[in-house]
Amino acid sequence: MSGATGTARAPASPVITPSAPAISARGLRVRRGADDVLHGVSLTVPRGQIAGLFGPSGSGKTTLMRALVGVQRGVSGSVQVLGHAAGSAQLRRRIGYVTQETSVYLDLSVAENLRYFAALMGAGAENARRALAAVGLTEVAERPVHALSGGQQVRVSLAAALVGDPELLVLDEPTVGLDPLLRRDLWALFRRLAGDRRTLLVSSHVMDEARHCDTLMLLRDGRLIWHDSPAALTTATATADLDAAFIRIIEQGSAEW
Amino acid sequence: MVSRVLATGTRVGGQLRHDPRTVALLLALPAVLITLLRLVYAHRRDEFDAVGAPLLSLFPLFTMFLVTSVAILRERRTGTLERLLATPLRKSELLAGYGLAFGAAAIAQAVIASAVALGPLGLHVASGAAWVITLCATVALLGMGMGLLASAFARTEFQVVQFFPATILPQLLLCGLLVPRAALRGVLHLISDALPMSYAVDAMQHLSRDSLASGVVVRDLCVIVAFALLAVSLGAATLRRQTD
Repeated sequence: MSGATGTARAPASPVITPSAPAISARGLRVRRGADDVLHGVSLTVPRGQIAGLFGPSGSGKTTLMRALVGVQRGVSGSVQVLGHAAGSAQLRRRIGYVTQETSVYLDLSVAENLRYFAALMGAGAENARRALAAVGLTEVAERPVHALSGGQQVRVSLAAALVGDPELLVLDEPTVGLDPLLRRDLWALFRRLAGDRRTLLVSSHVMDEARHCDTLMLLRDGRLIWHDSPAALTTATATADLDAAFIRIIEQGSAEW
Repeated sequence: MVSRVLATGTRVGGQLRHDPRTVALLLALPAVLITLLRLVYAHRRDEFDAVGAPLLSLFPLFTMFLVTSVAILRERRTGTLERLLATPLRKSELLAGYGLAFGAAAIAQAVIASAVALGPLGLHVASGAAWVITLCATVALLGMGMGLLASAFARTEFQVVQFFPATILPQLLLCGLLVPRAALRGVLHLISDALPMSYAVDAMQHLSRDSLASGVVVRDLCVIVAFALLAVSLGAATLRRQTD
């Protein structure tokens, strides 16, 4: 399984640095009870890219993300994130993780939430202010989170991950349940964030969103069945659009790809 | 490290501030209940002293058990705990932050309840208000530890609230408030010895009789702290960075 090719964009800086890839996993296996949830996944994500993690619900997307962040139990295999073993303490300052639920304090104001997460990441009030501006929530900073719309709450959760200025952002289905306009704006934000060699791992089950990604990973039943650019997927499956490609590859399985 | 504890304390305090109804109940309820007790024992001052003083030391246990168990359960359920533990925040820092905010609330509650009880209601406590507050703060720590532990065994708010009668009521029956502990025989006495609330009531009974706090009170305080630390460390072990 190789790294992304095809439409992958060049990193913002042309200077070649010897730094490790953002994510590198070999034979990543996750055991829950008697069953394997992930069966030996291998993947590489270079820095500065948006990597999309797609697959039907229950395919193991969240488990894979949790293993990379280091909050998943029962992980074996080699999992390196930003050059360190996943879950090691020095990574906690460098990764921003946004879970599927809006995991911020609904009873606090937006600003109070961001100030708290900034303090935990060792960042100042200036970082909190910048994160707020990046997600476009400066005007509602003093409102309690529970009074905001669903789309705004997602952005608060995202901003809470941005305050520490992380090198890697792991976003679990950030666009689920949002209207098309909001989804477009979020993907535009992700593209801006991917500048400065920041890496994003974004999961979704809306295949249409795959076109925003530099590299595409498809999971099915805990196995990685595709790991290349979106354009390569439509070519390989001889389909017109990503939705059709997705259905074809999920139904046919990995054997021929 | 200190900054993360302070930030957590500020955050938890901020959540309390946004919930004025809970704060009002927390601060006023013990004072109101002790006033009610005074009215019930209107012509029996001795009994008011005998029941009122120990009760004063138990309010922080009830309150802190409830607020801590619900607050930590919420952190577990909403995903904020997982998020916090993915940051540099340590479990000990998280718990110290909670201790800071809830501890301050418990002390404020104890000050108000004692002021009302020892002042206008004329509750007699020989060793004075400072010892009462010290005991209340210690008992609050115990309540936090028990609440933290209870939150680990509950999946919903309904369940966690049921742990309150399950763990508190048996202690209330055996702690010496209703029947003197000396009158408990055999197994009941042994069980009473093994329950932390017994030591809170014992300490308060000594404080209300003796003008100088005796060695027994200090021993009781140490036992309560030991129980509290045991509960907090067992509870902390259930805050896992890695979960299924």
